[in-house]
Amino acid sequence: MIGAGIVGASCAYALMRAGVRATVVDRGGVASGTTGAGEGNILVSDKEPGPELELALRSGELWRELDEECGGFEWEPKGGLVVAETPEVLDALTAFAENQRRHPGPAGVVASVVPATSLRDFEPHLADGLAGGVHYPQDAQVQPMLAAARLLKASGARLVRTAVERFLVAGDRVAGVRTGQGDLYADAVVNAAGTWAGSFPQAPLPIRPRKGFILVTQPFAVPPVRHKVYTAAYVTNVASDAEGLETSGVIESTRAGTVLIGASRQRVGYDTAIDYRVLAKLARQAVALFPVLADRQVMRAYAGLRPYSPDHLPVIGPDHRLRNLFHACGHEGAGIGLAPATAEMITAQITGGSPRVDPAPFAPGRFA
Amino acid sequence: MSYDLAVVGAGPAGLTAARVAARRGLRVALLDAYATPGGQFLRGTAPPRLTGVDVMLGQRVWAVEKSSDGFRVHASTTTTATTLLVATGAHDKVVPFPGWDLPGVLTAGGAQALVKGERIRPGEEMVVAGTGPFLLPVAVTLLDAGVRVKEVLEANRPSPRMAAALALVPSKAREALGYASRLAAARVPYRTGHAVVAAHGEDSVEGVTVARLTPGWRPYAWRTVDCDTVAVGYGFTPQVDLLLQLGCAVAGDHVVTDDRQRTSVEGVLAAGEVTGVAGAPSAVVEGALAVHSLVGEPPPRLLAEKARLRRFARALDLSYPVRDGWRDWLTPGTVVCRCEEVTLRAIDEARDLGAHDPRTVKLLARPGMGWCQGRMCGHAVAALTGHEPAPQKRPFAQPITLADLTLHDREDNA
Repeated sequence: MIGAGIVGASCAYALMRAGVRATVVDRGGVASGTTGAGEGNILVSDKEPGPELELALRSGELWRELDEECGGFEWEPKGGLVVAETPEVLDALTAFAENQRRHPGPAGVVASVVPATSLRDFEPHLADGLAGGVHYPQDAQVQPMLAAARLLKASGARLVRTAVERFLVAGDRVAGVRTGQGDLYADAVVNAAGTWAGSFPQAPLPIRPRKGFILVTQPFAVPPVRHKVYTAAYVTNVASDAEGLETSGVIESTRAGTVLIGASRQRVGYDTAIDYRVLAKLARQAVALFPVLADRQVMRAYAGLRPYSPDHLPVIGPDHRLRNLFHACGHEGAGIGLAPATAEMITAQITGGSPRVDPAPFAPGRFA
Repeated sequence: MSYDLAVVGAGPAGLTAARVAARRGLRVALLDAYATPGGQFLRGTAPPRLTGVDVMLGQRVWAVEKSSDGFRVHASTTTTATTLLVATGAHDKVVPFPGWDLPGVLTAGGAQALVKGERIRPGEEMVVAGTGPFLLPVAVTLLDAGVRVKEVLEANRPSPRMAAALALVPSKAREALGYASRLAAARVPYRTGHAVVAAHGEDSVEGVTVARLTPGWRPYAWRTVDCDTVAVGYGFTPQVDLLLQLGCAVAGDHVVTDDRQRTSVEGVLAAGEVTGVAGAPSAVVEGALAVHSLVGEPPPRLLAEKARLRRFARALDLSYPVRDGWRDWLTPGTVVCRCEEVTLRAIDEARDLGAHDPRTVKLLARPGMGWCQGRMCGHAVAALTGHEPAPQKRPFAQPITLADLTLHDREDNA
């Protein structure tokens, strides 16, 4: 397993449950990449009907199970609230939710339209003048670093802290990896290297970084935000292909009492430098949604890199060039949410089981 | 308007630099977080006269940024300048011990600031503990304020290196002698190889456990001392946040400068404790030298003086290190990060979960995520994970309200 982020840890855990022993290799250690720079979102609300939504719905079920089996990572089924600034946007949100609910499958999306007059029943501190919103009770949150660490620990997998230099290839199959600490041989290799997953020259993938910032406020005794609250612009930004900076208000609290403020999207390579203008935009959007935050202090900020693929779908499944190599990467900003179902899919593919969710749309060969 | 030089920090280094630069005809802005200039060292003394300097007080600089023609210094307003001098000083370094989260446990610098700045007596009966010569002026300040100082405890042993260094800087030797005689006159024992290894009390400090220490700081021979307040100081950590934001090279806990205080980043100067803790006289010399990097040549006398004071500081650094044995003072329930109330047990759990470095420990167990952003516990958390303490990047050198941050959402200002 290359990568000790949430995807690698989830895969190691699912494989252990299937009787497969894994060794996890990561140059930075557990949760040192994108997993350690996110909010821990488990969302269905922002997903259009289609394969990703299906994966998200299955993941939501699995996260609930993982909390019971393993736990210790602050799983909170807090629900999401998408708010609309204008009646037109509310109409669009309502239509989006309507479409999601029609999505076929065993478990559907639960969503209910919240009129302007009821918004404060959900979020007492929301600003005046919003047109309404849609409530998604299935949205949840975990502390992503703890989740990765707990799952990895529970998997019993050995963690080797070193960089993977390349695959060890014998004929048309991968036999292991060459690392900074020597060669590791395995029956299968899973590439869960997140933002760097595309950069193995023997099996390249079109995965690129999409930078995002998060602001963290001072801790509150009772945080003023109960759900994951975001504006409709977030949904369009997530699906967008724009090169430039996009921001949308995304606000939620954590178990530690802080409020996390996102979200920005920028394609600027692997640069994680702080840009105060972007942070200022995030602050403006947060205060616009929750005026009560205006006089509260920001303590820190961090940048993370979302690994995205050209069609914004994760890349899951056997490599189309080398046998015994599997990819589990490209989850963009949804890696925490999608990790358990990804792990379930990879485990089925490695052990010859039948996947619960159709893996075809995620096949790595689709870019070939 | 844009300045030739923006000086952040109005302590000995910043004051000197601003004064010298103004005399040389530069347009200078001097910013400080406090309402009066002087910094920690000159706190409570008469405010210095600064002719030709735009002094901006109460300005908590939270970020500095490079711009096309210089630097933007963000506080409650944004100041622009061609050259930046960072002279933000240092803050107290402490090591955790059982009970240090009780009210009544202060840092040595904090206790001194209460007396010098606020004219507040921190306690009635106090113990001063830690390492380094700074403990002496702190104890004397407390005595002068009417505190009954029961003991001064120096964790390290007398060092021949220190004695040799003092011989080279007679003014320092005289200063130390003055403090020692003041303590002796007040019958305050000064004990080397001793430390406060625990504080006790219900709601606040009622007493402390004092232990003798092996040379490696492992405790033995314990006794208790009644007191209502304890001041602890284990040296200082340079406040290099702004310099790290600009990407200046650091070595150990301080920023790297050349002989004229130039950092690795063009246009960024650093003087005083940020270049390595060396005290006020050294800060004054460096403040002057920084200006000479902009105008003229540095006088050889200043360069020699800097070298002499740096040698002294180096001897100090080597004579009063924090030694590993303090970890034996801790119990599993000892709070290591006071802001987030993270215990040693929680840190050990995080390590058991695979956290091998301070960053991962922070992500899993939250030490350093609170108000002080690891300024108090960073040193200890690094040591407890087997790492050398290293300065952390902090995008916000000071907390800032969201409302203030929104003001930077403009091309012309940000």
